[in-house]
Parts: sequence; C-alpha cells; structure tokens
Amino acid sequence: MTELLQIKAVTKRFGGLVAVNNVSFAVREREILSVIGPNGAGKSTLFKLISSFLNPTSGEVLFRGERISGLAPHIVARKGVVRTFQETTIFKGMTVRDNVIIAHHLRSNASLAGFYLGTNTARRDEDEFGRSADEIIDFLDLGAQRHEIASTLPHGHLRALGIAIGLATNPTVILLDEPFAGMNHDETVRAVEMVRGVRKRGVTVLLVEHDMPAVMNISDRIVVLNFGVKIAEGTPKEIQENEKVIEAYLGAEDETIGF
Amino acid sequence: MKRTRNILAVAVFLLVVLVGVPWLIEATGRLDLYYTLTSVALLSIASAGVWVTFYIGRINIGQGAFALMGGYVSAILVVQYGVSFWLTLPLAGLFCAAASVLIGLPILRLRGVYFAMVTLVLTEVARLLALALPITNGAKGMVSIPLPGGISIFGLTILPDFATLANPRPAFYLVSVVLMVLCFAALYRLVHSRIGKLCQSLQQNEELASSIGVNIAYLRVIAYAFSSFLGGLGGAMFVAISQSIYPSSFTVTDSVNFMLNCFLGGLGHVFGPMIGTFVLYFGWDFLFETGEFQLLIFSSVLIALMLFLPNGLLSLRLFGKKQG
Repeated sequence: MTELLQIKAVTKRFGGLVAVNNVSFAVREREILSVIGPNGAGKSTLFKLISSFLNPTSGEVLFRGERISGLAPHIVARKGVVRTFQETTIFKGMTVRDNVIIAHHLRSNASLAGFYLGTNTARRDEDEFGRSADEIIDFLDLGAQRHEIASTLPHGHLRALGIAIGLATNPTVILLDEPFAGMNHDETVRAVEMVRGVRKRGVTVLLVEHDMPAVMNISDRIVVLNFGVKIAEGTPKEIQENEKVIEAYLGAEDETIGF
Repeated sequence: MKRTRNILAVAVFLLVVLVGVPWLIEATGRLDLYYTLTSVALLSIASAGVWVTFYIGRINIGQGAFALMGGYVSAILVVQYGVSFWLTLPLAGLFCAAASVLIGLPILRLRGVYFAMVTLVLTEVARLLALALPITNGAKGMVSIPLPGGISIFGLTILPDFATLANPRPAFYLVSVVLMVLCFAALYRLVHSRIGKLCQSLQQNEELASSIGVNIAYLRVIAYAFSSFLGGLGGAMFVAISQSIYPSSFTVTDSVNFMLNCFLGGLGHVFGPMIGTFVLYFGWDFLFETGEFQLLIFSSVLIALMLFLPNGLLSLRLFGKKQG
C-alpha cells in the first residue's frame, strides 16, 4: 500500500511548551488510522498541523510526497486533505442540504463570476451539487433532516452533518476530529458504521479519538501519543499489549480504558 | 409563481418611484421632497455596501471614508481634468474598490469589534487626508463643481445636460433612483447566487469555510471591494447634486448612520438598507418639530427598535406572513 500522508519529525512549540515533539508516522491509502492519547497528549495540535491550520515549528507533512505544511488550509483541502471539526462547527443558520451543497465548493467548474452571471457551467454545477448533496445526505442517514436548520439538530446528526460536509469536498484523506465524543453506546455503534462506510467510498480516514472501544473496533492501525511524543504505533492488538501504552493510560484516571 | 410575483413587485416599485412619486410631488408642490428622496436613494446605495460587509460577518463603520473618497475622485476628475461626470461615476467606484483591496487585505483578518474600530478610524483618516492633501483643496473644499453634462449616443439624447435644465432636481431624483435600483439588483443577484451562500458561510464559520476549500481571504476582499464600490458611487453622485465637497461632507456620524440603516432595515434582507435609510432619514426629519428633544426621542426609538425587532423592520413582514 502506498503511503498517502507522511508526518515527518513534526514538532510544534508554543512558547516553552512542546505540544508535539518529533512525531513521525505515515498514513497508508484506504486505511483507518487512529491517533489516541490521554488528555493533553497533543492530539488536537497534531491534527491541526496535518490539516495545515497550524504550521510546525520543525519537521513537515507530506501528501503524496509533496510538502503541504505551510500552505493555507483551503489549498490543502483542494489537494484532497480535508478535516472535519467537532460538532458545533457547521454552518448553523443554513439547512442541512445547504450545508452540504456549499461544501461542494471545490468541485465547481464555474468561476465566481460565472456563478454571479448564472452561466451554463454554473447551472450544471448547481444541479450536480444538489444531486451529490442528496446522495451524501442519504448515505449518512440524514434524509429526514434535509430541510432542517442545522443548529436545531441533535448531537448524533450534527456529527453526521460534519462528516457529510467533509465528504462533499471529495477528499482523498478525511481527518475526523473526535467523531465519537459524547456519544452513548448505540450512537457510537452507528457512528462506527458511518466511518466504515466512508472508507468504503475509497476515502482514507485519519481520526483523533478518546473513545477506546470504538477505536479498537474500527482502526486498522493506531498511533499513541503521550506528552507530545509518539509512544507506540501498531495494530489494535499490538497497542493493547503495549506496556508503555498501558502505563500512559493508567496514569490518567479520567480516561476510559477499553481494554 | 414566485418569479411572476417578484417581477410584478419590481414593476410596481418602479412605477411608484419613477412615475407615482414625481407626479405626487408636482401635484402637491412639495418640490423639496425631490432632494430628500434623492438623498435617501444615494445613502441607501452606500448603506447597501455596508450591508455586504455585514453579510460576510464584519461590522463596517467606515463607509463614510469611501463615500468621501468617491466624492473627491469624481470632483477632482470633473474640475481639474474636465472628465465627464458620468464617466467619473464608475471611476470613483472603481477607485474606492481598488483602495479597499489595499486596505482590506490587512484589516479583514480582524473580526468583531476590532474590525469595527479600525473602520471607524478609517473615516477619520479619510477626513484628515482630505484636509491635508493639496489636491483636495484642504478645509475650503471644492465648490461650484459643474453640473453633469448630457449623454447622447449616435445623436440620441439619453440624458440632457443638467445645466440647461430649469430645475435639475427631478432629473437628479430620477437618475439616483435608477442608480439605486441597479445597485440593489446587483446586490440581489449576488445574494441569491452561490456567492451569497459563500458569503454566508464566511459569516457563520470562517474556519469551516476554509476547511472546505473556500479561499476566505479572497472572498472577503471581493465583498469589501464591492461594498466600497457602492460607497464611492453614492458619494460621487451626492457631490454632483450638492455641487460641492468638503472634508466634513462625510464624517463618522455618516458612517454610523450607514450602519444603522442596515440594522434598522434588517441584516437578513437584501432590501433592508433601502427601507432602513428611508425610515431613518424621514424619521429624523419628522422629529424636527420636537426641537431640542429630537435626538433624545430619535435615539430612544432606535434603541427600542433594536430591542424589539433585532432582525430589522423587514422581519415584521415575515412575521405577518407567518400569521396570515
């Protein structure tokens, strides 16, 4: 399998604090890779570094061998590396369908001026976006909420909408920010299926997550961070048996340990 | 169905403002209303610009700067270079748009109150610049600016030379209203095209917008340039009517008023700034009779309106629709 994303010796300092320290790993095509770690391990920072919402102090992130660190987030998204956010980050005032339609931005063939003038290309784009949005909405089981204003949706649906927005950009790699956080057991089971479905569409998934059982269940491989340092990498089984990981997690009592 | 209704509404509106209002004014002899309504039309163009910046989630208290800039650009071109006023009108708008790109690139990174404060200062900077630059003639301003000449294509007179008219006011009124209609048509199209949706996405969440590949910096600058274009257009037309411009022609108060017009009319409605300007302008004049209490009553009413109608006057219409 080819390595789509390479994280190479990435370090991020905030003043004296080293949030991410010399972390390297690779994400292979069409796998589900999870980054886990106790609170404050640097997961979120790493996530932002990969999606280029932050620039690394040293080291670099490569996508298909090309450096993406330092590029603006919208350019990284254009290349095919798209992040989702935790649930509150949606276009609150728009309907579910409009949220997904607007997220088709990268697929437009028409220019802004074209959209303003309503050229044929623009109209074809609009039709295509509508069709594709409906398909994604049905795929993520949001059909009944299609015309609801996004801010009125419950938790689980918001998460699904976040993923729908991500999928609409037609990503090669989708970065999911804690897709199972705050979910009960049933919701998590559904969400895990949803993420599997995303991979079935040919999308590589990199997720950052707290929920251990879900991570163990869904991941092909897992990277474990602690205090900004990568302490382990491997299959779920290897991680479960890793001494360092067990130690790191026993040290943090507020974490749910699923093994 | 909806399309037919819209076309009908536009037709009725055009009929009222282009035929009905002049007829009423002539019939009642209230010729001063021409000037008042012309002002409303032009101020609503500048307010429409402010509305665009609201639409991308920025509070803009700097439109006075661009109105002043547009006014001076037109005045200088007409007086010093003898350019036809009708040509200076778009040029003034374009000049302001270009200037706003330069200004906007750094300041549009700011949000909320920070952006608002910088734009507020912008108005003051524009006034001081007009005072200091040699080309603007300082505090004495520029006076006796010639009235706009005529336009004719292939011998066909489209607009008569304003200087030959016994009373140019009805002509100014008609030109301003047509300009206003064109500007709001352009704005309406913007809001109802995909660009409008993109602007909304900026307003609601810039981070998410950039994560789905929207070049937020570019879009912000485009919107701000459009906003300033409208400011310059309104300012230039105003100068043609008053035939003079001073550094104090557009001040911080005007900038605040442009913003208030949008608030009052409704930030969620394209025609909000038009209604807002109309009500605010006439409301202020209407309260003239109350003498020293004018400002007190005016401000109290404004505060009350914002409290009870946070989405503007046009939300009343939606409310009525829901009930009916």
